[in-house]
Amino acid sequence: MRKTIRKLFWAWDFDKEERWLNEMAAKGLCLISVGWCKYDFEDCDPGEYSIRLELLNQKPMHPESVKYLEFLEETGAEHIGSYMRWIYMRKKKADGEFHLFSDNESRIRHLTRIIHLLTLLTAVNLYSGIYNLILYFAWGNPVSLLGLINLMLSAGLVCGMVKIWHKRKLLKEEQRIFE
Amino acid sequence: MANLALTEAVYYILLSLMKPMHGYGIMQNVEALSGGRVRLAAGTLYGAINTLLEKGWITALPGSGDSRKKEYRITDTGKKAVETEIIRLQELLENGRKIMGGDL
Repeated sequence: MRKTIRKLFWAWDFDKEERWLNEMAAKGLCLISVGWCKYDFEDCDPGEYSIRLELLNQKPMHPESVKYLEFLEETGAEHIGSYMRWIYMRKKKADGEFHLFSDNESRIRHLTRIIHLLTLLTAVNLYSGIYNLILYFAWGNPVSLLGLINLMLSAGLVCGMVKIWHKRKLLKEEQRIFE
Repeated sequence: MANLALTEAVYYILLSLMKPMHGYGIMQNVEALSGGRVRLAAGTLYGAINTLLEKGWITALPGSGDSRKKEYRITDTGKKAVETEIIRLQELLENGRKIMGGDL
């Protein structure tokens, strides 16, 4: 049976999202496709699959990403679906533990990728926020006040970025002693 | 470069590739070699393979028949890197044993 759940996870909470998807899989609801704030599930045996997500450097259709996805599939993982540059993978638990990263270096690289994405989104929102407010004060068009929403979003994005920064800092500190 | 330590993943990948192997084969081989201690995750392995290809320490073998899976093999430069690392590890081990004593 199919089931669609609408839920919002921010990019900096990707590990929370991953945990939630694994909890669903443990209950026998397996992710089969993803969209914007939308998750489609299908029945599977409880605990049949482990699920992992990753933000790629490029869109999933890009040749670099296609090569990477092929490699992952060779190792027994299946590509469930993608949303923007995020890929959702699953692997049968019977085929062994499933992780995408096994050292701090690759975890740090992944977090850096997320920080770059958040920086870009912050810059776009900050730019249009300030631009709109200047328009508001120059022409007094109330629609331009929507720029405030952009500024609020920028603030939220910065908070998220700080979270990821902190997580990356802890990994980097650990890396000074351990590989 | 001579004095830099290899990561555990790189060291075991290079050792595995003394025989031609594809990605999943490397994962299984490393796990077996280390008695189950080192489990390379696919994403980490993919990054390491690409870096080693760029450095010329390993090479991709031309497509083997109908198999889509790419196989890799260590190069002479790669072997040199493993040899240098073994000498470095030897030194670490000898000093550790000498100073810590006991029956380590």
